[in-house]
Amino acid sequence: MEIKKTSLNKLHQSKHAKFVEFAGYEMPIQYSKGIIEEHKFTRSNSGIFDVSHMGQLFIYGDESLTEELEKIFPLDLKNLKQNCSKYSFLMNEDAGIYDDLIITKIEEGYLIILNAACKDKDFEILSNLLGSKFKMNLDNNRSLIAIQGPKSVEILNSIINGVDQLSFMTGNWFDSDNKKLFVTRSGYTGEDGFEISISNNKAEKFVENLIEKGAQLIGLGARDTLRLEAGLCLYGHELDINKTPVEANLRWAISKSRLTNGNFIGSKKIMNQIQDGASQIRVGIKPEGRLIAREKTKIFDDTDKQIGEITSGTFGPSVNGPIAMGYVDKEFSKVDTKILLEVRGKKHPANVCALPFYKKNYVKGVN
Amino acid sequence: MSEVKFSKEHEWITLEGDVATIGITKHATEMLGDIVFAELPEKGSNVEKDGTAGVVESTKAASDVYTPVSGEVVDTNQSIVDDPAKINEDPEGGAWFFKLKIKDTSELDNLMNKEEYDKFAKETSS
Repeated sequence: MEIKKTSLNKLHQSKHAKFVEFAGYEMPIQYSKGIIEEHKFTRSNSGIFDVSHMGQLFIYGDESLTEELEKIFPLDLKNLKQNCSKYSFLMNEDAGIYDDLIITKIEEGYLIILNAACKDKDFEILSNLLGSKFKMNLDNNRSLIAIQGPKSVEILNSIINGVDQLSFMTGNWFDSDNKKLFVTRSGYTGEDGFEISISNNKAEKFVENLIEKGAQLIGLGARDTLRLEAGLCLYGHELDINKTPVEANLRWAISKSRLTNGNFIGSKKIMNQIQDGASQIRVGIKPEGRLIAREKTKIFDDTDKQIGEITSGTFGPSVNGPIAMGYVDKEFSKVDTKILLEVRGKKHPANVCALPFYKKNYVKGVN
Repeated sequence: MSEVKFSKEHEWITLEGDVATIGITKHATEMLGDIVFAELPEKGSNVEKDGTAGVVESTKAASDVYTPVSGEVVDTNQSIVDDPAKINEDPEGGAWFFKLKIKDTSELDNLMNKEEYDKFAKETSS
């Protein structure tokens, strides 16, 4: 299959991007300054991320759509206000996660942002569940641009007046230069920021405009170190079809009101796990010293029994040390529990620690 | 001190008497990106030509460091373990990795000189 390119591909090239294949797309892993500089620039200034490979699924419908979606997602969608967003999951009957996503109630129905590697399958699953009653559009004509970091609000507001009025996890349609943009105040870096859905043919000029105002393009490499410092899950690493939201320590994302009656796909398993506890749970892990424990590193207790596995591990530039996340047996999930990580045949000490590694800077939200 | 020689695994080596100093090339650091971790062989241990003699990790991945010659490790550069970013800053100078007391100087004969290495690096990275 031919590799896909986003509408910003030429712009990435002109900024000396190093490319990798990601979910069938040619995506920038870094630019000339490198991952650490890009990471720090996002934390102190404003970074632009091309996330156009992600799926933008518009589902059109009224209250009957809300009812149908409540059978799928563990959310109180009836009480979700228009233009408000929620983090959620698409699950199977065993509460295994097909994908994690952001769903926003919009005037026309719902907008769901899906992971690039999962979006086609998600579309198929949702089409089967919803039938032909509702119009669904996995929109390939729109790009998705994230702008993240403390100076992003000022920069974006100078181009799209009014975005500074959005609270965290809300969005709206904006008109700018005769473009219809959907902007949400959200992101995946642990910083204040926005995601902008924009027509493909307007995306390049829009990003050039952001760069002129002082923001810089940031690659997927820094996106990964930023999200890991923020303690956020990445599908295919922390989350997959064999993990449930309870095991992933994402209970907070399940609306409380939905836990009394269940009645969503996977609800039985989730309610059981909440009552009895999951046998393994996702935790933050800090190796001692400078040792980096990568994905699939085995975790042991002091009796040489394997108690878990690392799902993501790297060097955190803002933490200035190694960080990781992984799953451990629940009796080892308490903060400050001593564990051992097997790297290159040797066991190294590490500690279970609280997430996030890097404290968030989000603006106050309404929900 | 001898002419700097280079290996296909992107190490550089210089010889002073029977002690060789070994590090990784600037080209290697550019391929790796930001280096955030370095592991060195133990002082007093013996390493074999083309064998593993350390590890460097960038934000992206871990890579083995090989030794282009055999010998006994007589010194290691703790400063790059404490501050791995030095490897990106001065790879072919202050950020040397380890020193070996070598037995067989002929092991250096098949290594590349600077001109040959630059050509090799250019060809293999394009």
